[in-house]
Amino acid sequence: MHGFDWSSIPGALSFLAKGLLVTLEVTLTAIIVGIVWGTILAVVRLGHNKVLAYLATAYVNLFRSVPLVMVILWFYLIVPQLLRSVFGSDIGDIRMTSALVAFALFEAAYYSEIIRAGIQSVAKGQAAAGLALGLTPGQTMRMIVLPQAFRNMLPLLLTQAIILFQDTSLVYVIGLSDFFGTAYKVGDRDGRLVELLLFSGAVYFVICFSASRLVKHLQARFSS
Amino acid sequence: MAYNWNWEIFLAPSATGEGTYLTWLFEGLQWTVILSLSAWVIALIVGSIIGVLRTVPNRWLSLIAAVYVEVFRNIPLLVQLFIWYFVLPELLPTKMGDAFKQMNPLAQQFIAAMVCLGLFTAARVAEQVRSGIESLPHGQKSAGLAMGFTLAQVYRYVLVPMAFRIIMPPLTSEFLNVFKNSSVATTIGLIELSRQAQQLVDFTAQPYEAFIAVTLLYLLINVVVMYLMRHVEQKVRVPGYIGGK
Repeated sequence: MHGFDWSSIPGALSFLAKGLLVTLEVTLTAIIVGIVWGTILAVVRLGHNKVLAYLATAYVNLFRSVPLVMVILWFYLIVPQLLRSVFGSDIGDIRMTSALVAFALFEAAYYSEIIRAGIQSVAKGQAAAGLALGLTPGQTMRMIVLPQAFRNMLPLLLTQAIILFQDTSLVYVIGLSDFFGTAYKVGDRDGRLVELLLFSGAVYFVICFSASRLVKHLQARFSS
Repeated sequence: MAYNWNWEIFLAPSATGEGTYLTWLFEGLQWTVILSLSAWVIALIVGSIIGVLRTVPNRWLSLIAAVYVEVFRNIPLLVQLFIWYFVLPELLPTKMGDAFKQMNPLAQQFIAAMVCLGLFTAARVAEQVRSGIESLPHGQKSAGLAMGFTLAQVYRYVLVPMAFRIIMPPLTSEFLNVFKNSSVATTIGLIELSRQAQQLVDFTAQPYEAFIAVTLLYLLINVVVMYLMRHVEQKVRVPGYIGGK
């Protein structure tokens, strides 16, 4: 049996906090960009332009069929090449940039599916009434349909954000030191991998469990 | 961007001398499929049990099942995998832990990944099974009991078979998720598809060909699974329910 020794954690707390910041940065960027880009994709898919709708569908299906690990690796390959062709050879550490791009574009595909369902859940009469009042289709979408759609799908968007928060740990594959990566490195350095891994699991659990309780609470309030 | 495309690289003999780089790809595909299928079997069995327990009229059993689901859903898959692979062997009685550590590395990686992925997916399957059972009209259970079935028989012959037929579409997407999630096993070194992609990059210096080939294989898995599951869904759908005709 293993004798536990938790002594390397207190000294590493500032490292771990820094790692948690990286995790949050990736998560928040992916949520914001993902929702904006996902909304555009969803609106385009439901729009009248067949070619654009087809392209948006292909984008969403492609990202949803490929594992996140592969997407992260893909962008770690592509982003440096692109940056180098724009900014020349000196581009520094691109792990963070490529992770941000990968997560934002990947999450947009998942968000767009939620948002599309949200838009479709708004009664048809609402859009018809908007058009009848003389609003343009764009105005109807922006001022009538989307606000109601977002209200309906808020719990799902937040649940997806929690999943995303957990998924950011996969930046491990490109060696970015997020919360989990930092915990692993500290554990490896001090020969206390067991304790650090259990600790990081517990931290994720506390954060995600509280967040999902909060979402459930919100959901109950919204549906009443 | 001057990149030298060279698709013939897959026909070149591999660095290990056994077969070509194409062999590496198929080896990766093979491990991805074996890992995912065996994890799916675990997920279905454990998930059904936990899902049923969440609905039984016994506070303790449903609490245990609820705790299981919350624990496995609120810890990232990667962290769970590292706990199975690095932590558990240390916590087991010394003899068992040592026996695990003395196994062939590939077997260690495979067992850890299979158990991890299976139990992780089981929590998601359990939620589907629970929602399937809860979606059934209450009268089904009452009718079963009134016919003289025991509670276990009602579950065995009435509720669970109906629930599974109703939740087939969401189960399909969980099944697809297993294949995608199996790529996380790359982090502990299991030579599945995404690991092979990285190895091919290291050995051939042809990153785009390697990544494109592996991405296409994942798409292929998706298409095949969706095609098969669509048939199953059509076979089992319940007349009168949404999706059933």
